[in-house]
Amino acid sequence: MVDNLLLLFNAPILSAQLLVDGILIGAIFALAAYGMALVWGVMDIINIAQGEFVMLGGYVTFFLAAAGVHPLYTVPVAAAALYLLGWALYRTVVFRVVDKDMFISILATFGISIFLQQLANQLFQADVRTAESGLGSFFLADGLIVVSQIKVVSFICALILGATLFLFLKRSRLGQAIRATAQNARAARIMGVNTDRVFSTTFALNAAICGAAGSLVVMTWLVHPYLGLAYTLRAFMIVTVAGLGNMASVLLASLGLGAVENFAGFLLGTEYQAAFVFSLLVAILVWRNALLSRQRKYLK
Amino acid sequence: MTPILDVRDVTKAFGGVIANDGITLKVPQGAIIGLIGPNGSGKTTLFNSIVGYHPIDRGSIWFDGREISRLRVPQIARLGLLRTFQQTRIYGKMSCLENVQISVPHVHEGLRTMLSPYPSEVTERAEGLLEFVGLYPKRHLRGGEMSFGQQKLLELAMALMNQPKVLLLDEPTAGISPVLINSLMERLKRINADLGVTLFVIEHNMRVIMNLAQHIYCLAHGQLLAEGPPEAIQTDQRVIDAYLGAR
Amino acid sequence: MTNTTRNLLLYTLICLISLLAPHLAPAFRVQMALLWMMILFALTWDLGGGQMGYNSFGNIVFFGIGCYVAAVVQRDLFFAVEGQSQATGDLATSSPLFNYFNGLAVGLALAVIIAVAVAAGLGSGILGLRGQYFAICTLGVGIAAGEIASGWGYIGAGSGMVAPIFPGGPGQNATFFYYFFFALAVTCFFTLKRLYASRFGLAINAIRDDEDKAEAMGIHTTRYKTIAWCISAVFLALAGGAFGHLNNFIDREVAFPGITFGVWMVLMAILGGKGTLWGPVIGATIFHATQELFWTYLLGWQRVALGLLIVVIVVFFPLGIMGWLRSRWPERFGETVDLEARAAPISLGETR
Repeated sequence: MVDNLLLLFNAPILSAQLLVDGILIGAIFALAAYGMALVWGVMDIINIAQGEFVMLGGYVTFFLAAAGVHPLYTVPVAAAALYLLGWALYRTVVFRVVDKDMFISILATFGISIFLQQLANQLFQADVRTAESGLGSFFLADGLIVVSQIKVVSFICALILGATLFLFLKRSRLGQAIRATAQNARAARIMGVNTDRVFSTTFALNAAICGAAGSLVVMTWLVHPYLGLAYTLRAFMIVTVAGLGNMASVLLASLGLGAVENFAGFLLGTEYQAAFVFSLLVAILVWRNALLSRQRKYLK
Repeated sequence: MTPILDVRDVTKAFGGVIANDGITLKVPQGAIIGLIGPNGSGKTTLFNSIVGYHPIDRGSIWFDGREISRLRVPQIARLGLLRTFQQTRIYGKMSCLENVQISVPHVHEGLRTMLSPYPSEVTERAEGLLEFVGLYPKRHLRGGEMSFGQQKLLELAMALMNQPKVLLLDEPTAGISPVLINSLMERLKRINADLGVTLFVIEHNMRVIMNLAQHIYCLAHGQLLAEGPPEAIQTDQRVIDAYLGAR
Repeated sequence: MTNTTRNLLLYTLICLISLLAPHLAPAFRVQMALLWMMILFALTWDLGGGQMGYNSFGNIVFFGIGCYVAAVVQRDLFFAVEGQSQATGDLATSSPLFNYFNGLAVGLALAVIIAVAVAAGLGSGILGLRGQYFAICTLGVGIAAGEIASGWGYIGAGSGMVAPIFPGGPGQNATFFYYFFFALAVTCFFTLKRLYASRFGLAINAIRDDEDKAEAMGIHTTRYKTIAWCISAVFLALAGGAFGHLNNFIDREVAFPGITFGVWMVLMAILGGKGTLWGPVIGATIFHATQELFWTYLLGWQRVALGLLIVVIVVFFPLGIMGWLRSRWPERFGETVDLEARAAPISLGETR
């Protein structure tokens, strides 16, 4: 660890490489986090199956790419497939826990998460998969920084997707209904908003955005059945730091997390990178709560 | 009389809204003091500040000779300064008796007391207090099953179980059946006289507060508008204007 | 028959059957030992989740700590001379009887101490979180612990470590650990039964029902919450230490099985009925029995079924068996349904 730290000091260009890689992956985290914030804000549900949606989106792209479709074209397909899955899950399970105690919905979505994860494990095997985009790399700073083009493309894709969702919520009629429901579900219902439809759309949209994120993940990185929970907890961490309503701070927190994670992985060794992510979640929650407790409040 | 509760120049703002602005008031030992004011005048905020619910922006609060402005809710409660809530708060899934039992004072509490069963004196005292507020026949019902007014009485019994020196009551008669109000007032007076508990009461029912309190403070728009004995407050033009909305 | 004699009979009957069980069905000793462990899991989870309202996904951490600490003590203090990283067989043949049990005792004691220290240390930060934040934070703790264990070379990292082989004939370890887990679960049950009738029991119930009110009444909420977590930690660490020895091999999957034991303990408590003493016992028994009977036929699809089962139980049966029985026959479960009391007018007229 000390060696690696010294290496960073001696070769600052390495830091730049880590930073760029981290930020590029961070945009994908932002998609999952934004979806989580949406569902949390509108339906008062913390969706533990968030990461499984990402994982399944990745598999959609993987299989289509294996069938010969260029992976970039499969992003909308993954989103559409996950939209349907999200909608189906809402209609079968989630609508029953919307107005229940928060722990009930956490546990129910945790059940969904285990179900999807294990189903993927049974159907697709535990192997690590990637989809080859066939794009090359940019070489910056005389070739000292290597940036694969697919990461840049996926970064841009993620930003476009996020912006589209943002505009949809701001401009469209359904988006307005969703935001109204987020502010006060009961009042929205009285004013004639079909909140059940709002909930199903919100949950499905969330699944779709996660599916698209997964599609980008499999191109830039990899998928396997067990990667879900890490994305869920990253999303939760980002939302806890950034708050529910603010797109810009969600993006900022995500990019920050991507960078921090990359540095930690380099310093501690990749075998501790996952441990770092989960410990960071604990540390952030405890730290935020300690700050609030000075105001004699707590996280809620 | 020395004040047991001494609020000095307390200011509390939420964002841009100043809920309490330089409030100074004293509650003498053994007295019953009233706090009135129109809705939104900052009465409950002041109660919250006193019991440590949120940090205050300016000023200080003294209780029984020591400053409590920086202490936290449970610490203040253990000193013997307790409050009841406007929207009652009781433990909904526990029986009334259990609600009262667990409200014993928690000042000196070693591991042994924490982990051992209640001595029978505690149960007897709890039953006596339930009798005192008229809930004895319902002692085995769950707290959450009771009506709002009954929960209010239960909360009062819980507070008394804690043997406070000062009790802050937030609208004790709201939601209580009108036929019970007179006897509740008599109970409150007995709590004060027999048990020696100093009372500081927020109340909207003017008949009750004028009858109960020896001295009344009136808040409006976060500021102390008037104070004095009930007769003076009743005829104070500023108080009347505040309630009728004139400025 | 009075209630007490009936209870006494019930307890004696259960104890008798349980004491004889390993001789009646020797083939199932390990499964029955695990049944007691499941009961212990459900009981300790319910202490936090059901009685105190702090729903934890991370209690498995204490189990894992127990596993590793007990095994490390055996390896480094009691079998160090024989060669620590030798093959399993060497450890067994060269171990005198008293060494194994002394090592186990010291290991378990140390496991308890470390688990309680971790519970108190972690608790001081984490138990300040409420509701969903606590739940998800403990989920993070559970996984982080597993990840750390799988990267730490001292405890075998990814390749795991072995506990010494039980001295004595084949299959005797199953009998030994059956009685160990039986005693542990029974101790746990009666400890909790006693605690729930104490000030502690009412205080954690009060925290569950309204923590703000509990604070406003001066209850030492942090102290009670920490004690509750430490009690869970004690029993889980003991169970973990013994389980590691029973299993003989310890790695991340064995010690921090978040997706199996970690989720099961929540599920069993909810299935039986959260916040009741018998609920977790019943839930664990039913869950473990059905699992042993049917799940082997699912051939790898068990965990898919587990996910489904969680959803079904949580969505359709959130009150659990005890909760359902209680709402069906309230008077048998200590609920007052005295309509007279319910309708009784409150009078403040005459008093003593």
